[in-house]
Amino acid sequence: MQLTHLDILEAEAIHILRETAASFERPVLMYSIGKDSTVLLHLAMKAFWPAKPPFPLLHVDTTWKFREMIAFRDAAVAKLGVDLRVHINQEGVRQGISPLTHGSKVHTDVMKTQALRQALESGKHDAAIGGARRDEEKSRAKERIFIFRDRNHRWDPKNQRPELWNLYNTRLNEGESIRVFPLSNWTELDVWLYIHRHNLPVVPLYFAKPRPIVERNGMLIMRDDDRFVLKPGEKVVERKVRFRTLGCYPLSGAVESDADTLEKVIEEMLLAHTSERQGRLIDHDQSGSMEEKKREGYF
Amino acid sequence: MTLSFTPGGSVSEYLHRYERNELLRFLTCGSVDDGKSTLIGRLLHDTGRLYDDHLKAIENESKVHGTQGGALDLALVVDGLKAEREQGITIDVAYRYFATAHRSFIIADCPGHEQYTRNMATGASHCQLAITLIDARSGVTTQTRRHAFIASLLGICHVVAAVNKMDLVAWGEGRFREIESEFLDYCVKVGIAGPIAVPVSALTGENVVTRGTNAAWYSGAPILELLEKVRVDHASPVAPFRMPVQYVIRPSLDFRGFAGTIASGTVKAGDRVRIMPSGRETRVRRIARSTEDGGDLSLARAPQSVVITFEDEVDCSRGDVVSCFGGSTETLVAQKFECDLVWMDETPLTAGKTYLLKCGTRTTPARITRVRHCVNVDTLETQQTDALALNDIGRIEIETEQPIAFDPYRRIHGTGSVILIDRMTNATSAAGMIRTGDASDAHARRAHWETAAAPTLRAPVGQSLVSTAAREERWKQKPLAILLYGSSGSGKTTRAFELERGLWEKGHAVVVLDGQMLRAGLSRDLAFTEEERSENLRRASETARILLDQGFVVILSMVAPHAEARWRASDLIGSERFMMIDCSDNNSPDTAALLRMVTAKIG
Repeated sequence: MQLTHLDILEAEAIHILRETAASFERPVLMYSIGKDSTVLLHLAMKAFWPAKPPFPLLHVDTTWKFREMIAFRDAAVAKLGVDLRVHINQEGVRQGISPLTHGSKVHTDVMKTQALRQALESGKHDAAIGGARRDEEKSRAKERIFIFRDRNHRWDPKNQRPELWNLYNTRLNEGESIRVFPLSNWTELDVWLYIHRHNLPVVPLYFAKPRPIVERNGMLIMRDDDRFVLKPGEKVVERKVRFRTLGCYPLSGAVESDADTLEKVIEEMLLAHTSERQGRLIDHDQSGSMEEKKREGYF
Repeated sequence: MTLSFTPGGSVSEYLHRYERNELLRFLTCGSVDDGKSTLIGRLLHDTGRLYDDHLKAIENESKVHGTQGGALDLALVVDGLKAEREQGITIDVAYRYFATAHRSFIIADCPGHEQYTRNMATGASHCQLAITLIDARSGVTTQTRRHAFIASLLGICHVVAAVNKMDLVAWGEGRFREIESEFLDYCVKVGIAGPIAVPVSALTGENVVTRGTNAAWYSGAPILELLEKVRVDHASPVAPFRMPVQYVIRPSLDFRGFAGTIASGTVKAGDRVRIMPSGRETRVRRIARSTEDGGDLSLARAPQSVVITFEDEVDCSRGDVVSCFGGSTETLVAQKFECDLVWMDETPLTAGKTYLLKCGTRTTPARITRVRHCVNVDTLETQQTDALALNDIGRIEIETEQPIAFDPYRRIHGTGSVILIDRMTNATSAAGMIRTGDASDAHARRAHWETAAAPTLRAPVGQSLVSTAAREERWKQKPLAILLYGSSGSGKTTRAFELERGLWEKGHAVVVLDGQMLRAGLSRDLAFTEEERSENLRRASETARILLDQGFVVILSMVAPHAEARWRASDLIGSERFMMIDCSDNNSPDTAALLRMVTAKIG
C-alpha cells in the first residue's frame, strides 16, 4: 500500500487541525459554505472523531449570500451536530451597506473585513482556521500555514515565522492571533477530487441549472432577491449557469454551463483552463490587490 | 507524460488515475541570475499547469517588467509579492504545484541570496529532493556548495544540479563534464548519496521536460523524468515505528484515543509498544476510524494521521512518543543533546541562554550549555565560537528541563528535528537536527557502535616503512572507498564487480568487499537483526579502512539498510575518501558513469 498524494495532503491537514486545537485557547473554524469549507469541515470531523471538533464554526454573514448557501449551511450544521456561530456587522446593516450602492470595496471592507474582526475580537479567538489554498492566487504562494497577525489583525509579509518540518511555532503574545490554513498545499483539483472520493455534498449552486440572470459589467449576476434593482436596459433572462466560486451574490459571476453533475463540473474545470478567482470582482481592481487586502486584515 | 485531459475523455477514469498519484516535494535553489524562476515557469508551462488568464497576465507583465525584450518571460510566472517585483528578487520560500500522469509535485522555491540560508533550510525540511541551478558560464560557485551542504545537513539524499544556460556555451560537452565532476566531487565530500547533473536550457526548455537535439551526448534523463522516477520513501518497511502524541480524544468514558501523525514506520493492531519517555509498555488495541470512512485500519504507516487506542489504561499525553517495542529499535530518552543548528533569528544565539525547544509535540525550556563551533559553509572548516548569528550553521550542546524521547536526525527526521523559540519575542530562532543525546543508563539499550562516540582519530598506519606518498606513486591512485548499498536484487554486487573490472583494466589496485562474502567467514557469527547488520557494516568498514591506508581502492557491496549505520561507516572511514551510491535508486549512476566518477576522484 503506497500512500497517494491525497492521502498525504489529508494527513497534513489533520495534523494542522489537531495542532491548532492543542495549542490555542479559543480556536474557531471559519466556515464560508463553499467547496473548500466543505472539505475543511469534513477533515475537522475526521481529525477528532469520535468526538466533535473542539472548536465552534463561525460564519461571517454579509446578508448578501445566496439563499441556497444559507439553506445548505443550516442543513450541514444540523446533520453534523456542530456548534455554528453566525456574525453580522450590525453597524453595517444600520448604515444600509450594500454591494450595489456602495460598491464591492466598501461592502467587503465593512461587511466582511470589519465584521470578521468584530467576531474574532468578541469571541476572543486566538486562532482562526480557514480554507485558503496557496495555488488560488499569486501572492498566496508564500503564505505560511500558521500566519501571524498583530494586535490590529495586520499581516506583515516581512515578519512571518519560518515553518520547518511539521513543527509549528504557535506561541502568541497577548492580543495577537494566528490564521491557520490546513489546505494550503491543496490545489483546486485536489479539493474536487476529495469531494468526489468521499462523496461530500456541496452547495447546488456549483451545478448548472436555469437561473434568473442579469448581465452587468460583463458579468452574469444571479438576481437572488428583490434588493437587486435593475438598471435601465437591463433585464432578467433565464440562463443555464453555475458558479465556480461562491460569495455575495451581486459580486459572484456565473458561467454558462451544462455541467449538472460533479463529474461534469470537474470535466469543465479541466477543460476551461481559466483560473477560479477570475469570477470574483474583488481581484480585478489592480494587480497585487489581494496582498493589500491581507495587510488590512481581509481573510 | 503530462496529465492532460482530452475532450470527450472519461472524467472518472482521469480522476481515478490522478487519485493514484504519489507525492514528491522538491526544492529549487540557485543564485539570483541562474534562471531558477525560468526553470519553474518552464515546468509549470510545459506540464499545462498555467491557466489562460495567468498566461495573459504574464504576457502583459512581460512587456513591462520582462527581461526577454517583450517576449513571454516565464520567470514572471513565479514572481509573487509586489516588493519583490519592484526589486526583481525573490525574498521568501514560495510553494508551487503541478502534476503529471505519474506524480503530484510541490515545489518549494527557495531564494538564492546568501542572507537567506534560513529559507533554503526551511524549504529543505519539507523536501525529498533538491534541484540546484548552476549557470553553465560560471560553473560551481560558493552558492552551489552552500546549497549542497544545507541539503546534506537537512538529510536530502537526492540532489540534482541543473546546469543551465547550456545554449550560451554552445551545448559544449566538455564544459558540462567539467562542472559535473566538480559538483559530484563536492556532493560526495558532504555526504550526498545520489547526486546527478543535467545539462539544460530553461529558456528553450531543452532537457527540462523533453529531450532536445543539442545535447545528443547526454544519455541521462531530463529533469521532469528524474522527478517522476526518483524513489520516494515515505515509510521504509524497516523503519521503526514512532508517533508523537498530539491530542487525546476522550468523547466518553469508554473511549480514550491518542491522536497523532506517524513520524516513522508502520503500526498494526496488536503491536507491542512503549510510551516514551516514561517507558510504560502496552499493546495497540485499535487504529480507530469511523465506519463512514471505512472503519478501523488494520495497518497504518508514516505519514498518516491516526487515532490509536491501547489495551491498558496507560498514562499517555501530548508530548509523549509512542515507540515500537524492542531493544535497539526504541526511541532514546535524554536531557542533554548535541545538535546541529541553522540560526534564523536577527538576534544571535548566546551560550547560557534558555529557549523553548519543540521536538515532535513536546515543548520544553532548554538551555544552550555550549556552542561547539560554527561551520564555514564554503570551506567546510569549523571554527570555535560562542555565538551564532543569522544564517550561521553550527553545533551546540543543549540541556532540556524535561526528558525528551528522540532519535538522531539522520535516523528519523520526525523525532530528531527541533525548533528553538525565543521566549521573549516568540520568534522561531533556529532549526535543529539532533546528532546524539546523553541517554540515561535506563534507556541506553542501544550499545552497538551506532550510539558510541564517533571515532576521532584514525588508527596510525603503524610501523610501516612505506609512506602514503610512495603508495600513491606506486599505484597511481588516491585511496577511496565506494559503498554500493541497496536491497538484494538491486544489482549492487553485479555493479561492484563490473566496477572492479573497469578499474582493474585501467591499472588500478582495487578490492571488493562483498557482504555475502564477509558473512561466509569474517562475519559468520552474525544474523540479520539491525544490530547485526550494523556490526557487519562496521567490520567491513574497519577492513576497508586498513586497505585504504595501504593505498587501495575498496568497493563495498552491502545491503546497509540503515542510514545511521552508513553515516557511521562514513565517519569511520573518513568522509573525504568515502562515497556511497544507493543501488535501489533507479537514478543512481550506471557502471559507466560510476567508473567515470571514481576515476576522476582517484586519478
